Amino acid sequence: MRKSRTPRGPAAVGSALVLTLAVAACGSTKNDSSTSSGSGGASTSASADTGKANPNAPYKKGMKVVQIPKQLGNPYEDIEDNGTKKAVEEVGGTFVRKGPTDAGASTQVPIIQSSTQTKPDAIVIAGNDPDAVAPALKQAAARGIKVVAQDSDVAPDARKVFINQASSEEIGRDEVRLLGQQIGYKGQIAILSATANATNQNTWIKFMKDELTKPKYKDMKLVKVAYGDDDDQKSFQQTQGLIQAYPKLAGIISPTTVGIAAAGRYLSKSPQKGKIKLTGLGTPNQMRKFVKDGTVEAFELWNPADVGYLGGYATAALVSGQITGAEGETFKAGHLGTRKIGANGEVILGPPTRFNKANIDKFDF
Amino acid sequence: MPDLATSSPRDPAASAAGAADGAPPRGRGGAAALLRWEVLIAGLILVTCVVGQAISSQFLTTDSFTTGSLDLSEIALMALPLALVIVAAEIDLSIASVLGLSSAVMAYLWNQGLPIELIAPICIVVGGLCGAFNGLLVTRLGLPSLAVTIGTLALFRGLAFVVIGDASITDFPTDWTDRAFGNFAGTFVPNTIVLFAVLAVAFAVLLHATPFGRSIFAVGANEEAAWFSGLRVKRIKLTLFILSGAVAGLAGVVISLRNSTAAANVGTGFELTTVAAVVLGGVSIFGGRGTIGGVVLALLLLGGIQKALTLSDSISSYWIQIVTGALLIGSVLGPNLVQRAREARSHASRSRGSWPPRLGPDQARPLEEDA
Repeated sequence: MRKSRTPRGPAAVGSALVLTLAVAACGSTKNDSSTSSGSGGASTSASADTGKANPNAPYKKGMKVVQIPKQLGNPYEDIEDNGTKKAVEEVGGTFVRKGPTDAGASTQVPIIQSSTQTKPDAIVIAGNDPDAVAPALKQAAARGIKVVAQDSDVAPDARKVFINQASSEEIGRDEVRLLGQQIGYKGQIAILSATANATNQNTWIKFMKDELTKPKYKDMKLVKVAYGDDDDQKSFQQTQGLIQAYPKLAGIISPTTVGIAAAGRYLSKSPQKGKIKLTGLGTPNQMRKFVKDGTVEAFELWNPADVGYLGGYATAALVSGQITGAEGETFKAGHLGTRKIGANGEVILGPPTRFNKANIDKFDF
Repeated sequence: MPDLATSSPRDPAASAAGAADGAPPRGRGGAAALLRWEVLIAGLILVTCVVGQAISSQFLTTDSFTTGSLDLSEIALMALPLALVIVAAEIDLSIASVLGLSSAVMAYLWNQGLPIELIAPICIVVGGLCGAFNGLLVTRLGLPSLAVTIGTLALFRGLAFVVIGDASITDFPTDWTDRAFGNFAGTFVPNTIVLFAVLAVAFAVLLHATPFGRSIFAVGANEEAAWFSGLRVKRIKLTLFILSGAVAGLAGVVISLRNSTAAANVGTGFELTTVAAVVLGGVSIFGGRGTIGGVVLALLLLGGIQKALTLSDSISSYWIQIVTGALLIGSVLGPNLVQRAREARSHASRSRGSWPPRLGPDQARPLEEDA
């Protein structure tokens, strides 16, 4: 006790001192770094910010691209981001990937902000929430960083180009067609989605609902849209809940790779295996065993690596000033050939591929 | 607490004296220990500055402060009343769910066409009511706050989904969202942090410079003694839970405007980071000790570490969780080890016999006891 009392005064002084030092350190470096950021920022963005597209401009040397996936540890995103990496490296750029550990609405914001500070040429993002990330992306754009959304769009005024897997309308309608064929256009169906805010899933679901209003589907009834938050455990529980709540359920559409794999895992061990039809968007590697054991008849997906690859080339073209993101501009996309920017800055990869017992072994992703 | 065990003869006297003047004699030694704890945190902040700058030349910039502090806004706000709750030897784990419920209520009312100016106070009141619910269960039914607030953690989050479902509302007026996202009058300090600073001063005054604040320490140090000395223990605790809920309600408004997104699932898991910040700030998880200043320093440290790790091109975000967890354990373990070391030393010195003490008011008591 005695010893603890004596350092009280010095300790107070010491703490004040250390704090002053810390504040001073933070304060003093602020000035020189802000001046250096000014000059550095200007030189990197000057070539690309000229406003007019020059389709023949050479690829910018040493281009640095930061990729921000929805979350880390999502196999689909991993494949997609590797595609982006491949494209970026093909044109001689450097690629960095930074993502949040969960797919919450605002978890990408700090990463966008920190990435902005490191002044890359471009940020490629799959948005968890179109609006939550928008202010941070606009700040990045204001500093001359090109923003490309891929796979899941962000607010259109917060990005230049959006790489869409396939037309959202086509995906949504085709999922319903696929399930309709499997259940004979009859019975209760449910949707197991990702997060409630997920832009892409919500757009597809909108078109699914629209497709279901057609007379052909008058005997199919959508009873519930459940959200598994792209979390394996939660998606598994949601599947369980759906089946308990709707004993007459005929089919489930899960337009997310995490959801369909979790639902497949549940169904493959349940008495409803093969009776409740499961379809949606999944990767062949995750779904192979469920297709082979009869849990799943058919599902579909585009090639996520190609989505990323297309995104990588669009980014390079944008950074190099070959495109500005305006409708009608074209750019070269490596092995995918020449691609065109559509309305709203959207570039569409193409129609999804259907996977079933017959063809699944031809795919490895 | 453990030092009482070693010196049991003076135990009753010490606690009686503590109850009488609201500041146990042990508290003076505790204050010194806390000061040292704050120095340690300040030192760690310095280390973070050095390491952060080594990770990225962008670390020591106003940009880092702006964005790093903005990310912690809501956690920082909720840490203030939580510090008081923990000083009173209780805990509130429902804060992040109250934040979510507040966000959901905000979305609902906005859909009903109410203006933000009216919605914000309503959300704060809703938060306060949630806090009152926690407080009543703890004080009137005598339930442990850990169990109660784990229950309401699930309950309030569930209610949030009942209110707004899976929808998210994003069409808040841009002048408000800009305000929540923007900086204060041309400086690099975010508006939300200015709000935090104002509240931090208010909570610091409340805890350290008012009779109410003293009574929080008394309740946390020894609830029974506080009760016997005439403090309205239940009312004090209830007030603290209401404060905690109300500030979480406010944080729900702030995060919804800052992200331009109100939804039932916002802020999931924030309670852990908030508890980490408070405990790291030197607030004893067993109650009776802590300062708002320490909590502010701990927030700076956490923010600095998060910023440094997100600035790195190669460090995965998972490390933020690992480092935060390690710091939390360290902050509980650290004082414990110091305490044990001190006990061991006092044992040793006692067996050697006490050296002649210098005369001073502080030394009076031990001398009497030794005699």
